[in-house]
This record gives sequence, structure tokens and C-alpha cells, in this order.
Amino acid sequence: MSSITAGSHEHHDAHAAHGQGGVGHFLGTYVFSRDHKIIGIQFLFSTLIWFLIGGLLALGIRWQLAWPWQDMPVIGRMLFAGEGGQISPEFYTILFTMHATIMIFFVIIPILAGAFGNYLIPLMIGADDMAFPTLNMLSYWFMWPAFLAIGASFFVEGGAAKAGWTSYPPLSLTDLNGQTLWLIGLTFVGVSSMMGSVNYMTTIIQMRAPGMTMFRLPMTIWAMFITAILQAFALPVLTAAGFMQLMDRTIGTGFFIPEGWSANNAPLASGGGQPLLWQHLFWFYSHPAVYIMILPAMGMVSDIIACFSRKPLFGYKPMVYSIAGIAGLGFIVWGHHMFVSGMNPALGMTFMVSTMMIALPSAIKTFNWLGTVWGGQIQFTTPMLYALSFVAMFIIGGLSGIFMAATPVDIFIHDTYFIVAHFHYVLFAGTAMGVFGAIYFWYPKMFGRMMNETAGKIHFFFTFLFLNGTFFTMHILGAGGFPRRLADPYHYQTFAHLQPLNVFMTWCAIGMVAVQVIFALNFFLSMFFGPKAGRNPWHANGLEWAAPSPPGHGNFDFQPVIYRGPYEYNSPEVDTDYYPQNEPPPEPKSESGEETEPPPQPPAE
Amino acid sequence: MSSHVAHHFDDASQQFDAARLGMWIFLATEVLFFGGLFTGYAYYRTLYTPAFIEGSRHLDLVLGTINTAVLLLSSFTIVLAIRGAQTDNRRATIALLAATIVLGTVFLAIKGYEYSVKFEEHHVPGASFSLGETHDEAVEPRHVEMFFALYFGMTGLHAVHMIIGVGVVAVVCVLAWRGHYTSQYYTPLEITGLYWHFVDVVWVFLFPLLYLIR
Repeated sequence: MSSITAGSHEHHDAHAAHGQGGVGHFLGTYVFSRDHKIIGIQFLFSTLIWFLIGGLLALGIRWQLAWPWQDMPVIGRMLFAGEGGQISPEFYTILFTMHATIMIFFVIIPILAGAFGNYLIPLMIGADDMAFPTLNMLSYWFMWPAFLAIGASFFVEGGAAKAGWTSYPPLSLTDLNGQTLWLIGLTFVGVSSMMGSVNYMTTIIQMRAPGMTMFRLPMTIWAMFITAILQAFALPVLTAAGFMQLMDRTIGTGFFIPEGWSANNAPLASGGGQPLLWQHLFWFYSHPAVYIMILPAMGMVSDIIACFSRKPLFGYKPMVYSIAGIAGLGFIVWGHHMFVSGMNPALGMTFMVSTMMIALPSAIKTFNWLGTVWGGQIQFTTPMLYALSFVAMFIIGGLSGIFMAATPVDIFIHDTYFIVAHFHYVLFAGTAMGVFGAIYFWYPKMFGRMMNETAGKIHFFFTFLFLNGTFFTMHILGAGGFPRRLADPYHYQTFAHLQPLNVFMTWCAIGMVAVQVIFALNFFLSMFFGPKAGRNPWHANGLEWAAPSPPGHGNFDFQPVIYRGPYEYNSPEVDTDYYPQNEPPPEPKSESGEETEPPPQPPAE
Repeated sequence: MSSHVAHHFDDASQQFDAARLGMWIFLATEVLFFGGLFTGYAYYRTLYTPAFIEGSRHLDLVLGTINTAVLLLSSFTIVLAIRGAQTDNRRATIALLAATIVLGTVFLAIKGYEYSVKFEEHHVPGASFSLGETHDEAVEPRHVEMFFALYFGMTGLHAVHMIIGVGVVAVVCVLAWRGHYTSQYYTPLEITGLYWHFVDVVWVFLFPLLYLIR
């Protein structure tokens, strides 16, 4: 990996000193690596595997809603042979609890911060590595106890956690061991995220290359920076709340156990606690977490859109401020998850107003994306298709968010599929599409080869089609009052007529999972057979494209110096339609001998 | 000097600044972590004020005060230890770090003694909780139990931080003894000091909330 050649760094020999010879070298370089790029790729692979598991759990939910109490083919026979291949009500609750837990804590958050944050931050700001490489390695390996705890919880007595991903007490206190493992797993995720965010903030503040001022940072870095702040200051509260619930479950305190409450015919528990306190503490983290799950995608999409519109990003500073605004407001809106929990209506009103205010910075971002595309020379590459679909889908998800921010409307649609539709539009149709775009966009940098464009477009087209088939229909179900988290809603005659719709959605969901095979094949085959990418296949401006693909240990084979912001596309100052951040201004017009890239290939289109 | 600079940093001062900033951010996350528990404290204190006053009266004010003094003194010794490094006084650094370890251990020992007394008095939350004789007859024992749940939760977490702190200071002390720190390079000492002060400050809040407001 150490392919550094230029002599601008003082401590070169240290690059090679990380591990020498044999197994130790292999472990040091690829397993217990302290190199941010390897750690990022480790996060990427781990999260993609959990993405698959989470997706299969979702199929289980869809199966039960389309064909309740019918034998599940193949998988059902393996998993619940005892029950004759049916999903039991208990297992259904496990399915939706673990689907959400895995998708949120093992997929979306770590793929954004862990995979792309790790990989891109040092490259985009011109640093050799993260400020604390060892801490960075630990942040990945602290995910493993969480993986093991959550994975093992499926096999303990009573199965995995089944109190919903929100784990509201007192329901979460009646659960068997699964819930304890869930809490332990989340604590490790919390420690991992804390280490990551300390690292990202320090790195972005301290390690920028000469000339890389804060307002020359790409939007990706701004989003990662603000996300790190959110993560650092919101997540410890969830850890504290989880610690309190863990004590309630194990050593007999009663922080969340209400007066006069007992479960499973046990004697009265100590009591005097307030379940509502959990909800406040939980949502104090988990609402900012919603922005942790979308802001980095917004940042990456901004970079992709500007690159393929061949235009400067419209309104760079407003974009930065609106991300900061979303993050700031994100801390004072958690109560909108609790409108029907018995909270004081006056307080509910306050939360309603603060929640609606988030529409303002979100709208600024949306219009700026449209302004960026407007009049651009748009190149419909696969990353661009995903980025554009992110914007479109985010509008749908954002608008349905305003519905439920309004207290009176929320009382009607609370706990219905309308809510499920909303957050799947933001998280899957939004963030996951943004992440796919980012994978197609930065894959050449990560692995040095291009992914196949045709396969990418087919993957995009069917994913887009099926996700709308699955999730848009949920709005209709929700408006009809169809409840979430119920193993058999058709038990109520009112909902019986909605079953055909559910069958349609399940077929779409099956299709959506199936087309991911195209992605998986494209991802793995391109690693070996894709055309070589060169340094800058997309003719993008960001500093990461000036490094070799893939970058060696230490990232840059020259000392990066930054002369301008990252969005100088079609600048009148140069003949090319892009103007990399590290290219010196053309005053001496001659070739100044800088070791710039070989003539880059045109984007594979 | 440059042997202390990891290869991905430009120079020693960038490395020093990065380490300090990282520690400050970590401490900010710790504030939020304890903040969750303090929120719980504020919430239940408002709900069960008489019970919390009753619970507070069951704590040993003398031991609590001694512990506060011990901790504040230990913060002073660790500051002087850093000063020792800055003035290249290795003996002073080692002695003062050792003093910090001793004071931290004294704190933990007193805390342990307090816990054992509470254990014998059945003040530990759970099935065998009992209040014994009360100052305020009208108070509901279950609510006092909540006070003790918070008492053990918060001081217990604080004690865990203390144990980690003593361990880190011990490591730093050994390294100082081996002559790792000079006025040119004392980053680990500095950030260990920051952490130690933070743990101290948490106690400065815990002491009045748990012992003094009665």
C-alpha cells in the first residue's frame, strides 16, 4: 500500500514502519489497519452485509402483511420449522424491531459517517490521515461487539428485542434477554460513534491542507462536520438513557418503571418511575439522529449534482448555513414524536412550531439543488441519476413530514403507515439513493476501476420504480388508518379491503431486493474487470480526485495546496470545464511542471 | 522532539493542538452523557422533592466533604505535575503524579466505605430496599429508592471514570519516570490533566445535588 514517491513529507520512513512481514503485516494493513481508507472500506463492507440482512427482515414483514399466517416459502421452513413455516406474532415484532435497529444503527449511520466520512474527509481536506488513527481503528472494532450482541440476540431464549426500535418502557422492561443484548449493542455503537465524531471534528478543524479554508470545503465535508457535532452531542444522552434502562432491567432500579406495575405475575417492581422520561431522553438523541442519517447524504449529493451539471453549486454559503440550521433546530424538535404520549398540549404546540421551521432550511437546500441543475450541461451518469432522485424523493418525504408536524393531523396519522411512508421516503428513497449515488461516484477512487454504467442505470431504474411502488402506496394505507407494528391488521374488518394493496407492495419489495443482485454483481465484478479509472474520471474539482486511484498510504504523492473552492465548473479563467482545487492559477501560462494527472479519460458514458 | 510527531502531522504544535481539541470534544460528549443522568435527577427531584430531601439526609455529609476536599487537592497536584514537566523538573512531575494517584485512591476507598455502609443499611435499590428510620414520616419509601437509584447510578459512573483516571495517571507516571516528558513534549500529561479535571468537576456538581440540598 505504501506507494508514496514524492519527497515533500518529512516522515516518510514512518509510512513503511506500520507493519513488516508476513501475517503481522497482513493483519496490520488490512484487518487492524489505522489507515482511514481501509477503515472506511471495512465500514462499507460491514454495512452492506447488514443492509442485506435488514432488507431480508423487511421482506419478512412484507410477507406477513400481504399473506398473513401463510407459510413462508424456503426461508420460513428454515427459520420457524417449529411453527410450520409461519411467522408468529412474537416473531413479527422481532422482525420490525430488528429491521429498524439494523437499518438505523448498523447501516445508515455507519455507512454515512463510518464509510464515506472516514474515506473522504482526509482526502477532501488534503490530510495524510485522520488526526487519531488508532482511535479511528477502535471506532470500527467497537462495532463488532455490537454486531455480535445484536446477532446473538436472535438466538437467545425469547428471541431478539421486540419492543420496537424505540424501546419504550414498560414494554421494553418485560422483554427477555434480547432487550438486554439490544441495549449492550447500542452502547457499543454509541462508543464507536463518539470516537468517530471526535476524530472527524478534530481532523476537519486541525488537519486541512494549506489554502483549504473552511469556506473552501466541499459540501460533503461540511455535512460530515455538522453531523459529527450532532452525533457527539446527542448520542451520549441515548447512552445515558440506555444505561438507566439497563439498570432497570438488571439491578433493580426503577427509573422507567411506573407505579404499581408488574410483569409476568412477578411481585410489584420498585416503581415510582416515569416511562415518559425515557421518551424524552430517547428522542433527544433520536431526532437529531434523523439528521445524522440525512445530512451527509445531502452533502454528497450536492457535490455529485454540481459535478454533473458542470456548474458551480448554487448558493454555497446558504447551503452551509442551512445544514447548520437544520442541525441546530434538530435539537429542539424531539417532542413532535410524542404528540400522542400525554405530553402537555402547550408544549406540543411549541414543538410543532419549531418542527415546521425546519421546512425553511430544507427548502433552501432543495431550491439550491434545482438552481444548480438549472441551465447546466447535465450528464446523466449513474451517480447523477441517483443524486437527482435523492432530491425528488426528499421533496416527497419532506412534504409528508410537514403533515405530521401539525399536531391535529398527527393525532390522526400517528402509528399508521403514513409515518412509515414518510421515513422510508427520507431514509430509503432519500439517504439510501444518495448512498448508492456516492458509491457509484467514489468507487473509482476507492478501487481504481469504473463500475459498469449500463448495469448501474438498470439498477437505478428498477430500484427507483420498485421503491415508489412499495413506499408511495404506504401513504394510501396510512390515510386509510392502516396501523403499523400489528402482526395482523386484517383482524379488524375495516382494513380487510387494503390487503390487495399490500400484496402489490410486497411484490414491489421483492423486486427491489432482487435488483440489488445487479448492484452486488456490478460492485464485485468491477473490482476486477472494470476499466481503469485514472485519477479524475469524472473531471471533478474536489481534492480527492488529485490523489492516485486508489490512494496509497499517506494519500497524496505531492503536497496539496488549495487555491479555490470546489465548485469552479465552467470557469471563464480556464479552457477546461473544470478547475481543480489544487491547480495553481494559470499566470505563468506554461506547464509549471506540477505533477498533475495524466490526461483524464472522459467519463464512461 | 520530532520523534514524538506521528507521520500524518505537519509538526509538533499541530499534533498538540489536535490532541487537546480531541480531548475537549470528548469531554463535551461526556458532559452530555452525564447530562442525561442529571436530567433524570432534575425530573425526579421535582416530582418527589420531600423524598429526595429524606434520601439526602441518609448520606454521610462528613465523608462527602472529605472526599470533595481530596478530589480538589488531587486536581491541584496534577496541575503542578504538568507545571513540573513544563519546567523540566522530572522528580516533581513523578512525585506529584504519584500524589494524584494516592488521592484518587483515597477518594475511591472512602466511596467504597460509604457504599458498604449503604449496603448494610439496605439502601441499595432492589427487592431488599428498606429505609430504616425516617426523618420525615410522610415520605414514600419507593420515592426515596429513586433517590438512591440516582445516587448509585451517578456516583457509580463517576467512580468508574475515577478508576479509569487513576489507571491513566499511573501509566503517565511510569512514562514520566522513564523520562518521556520534557518541556518540549508533554501532550499526554496535558490531556490526562484535562480528563482528571473533568471528573473532578462532575463531582463538584454531584456533591451539592446529592449531599448538600437537604
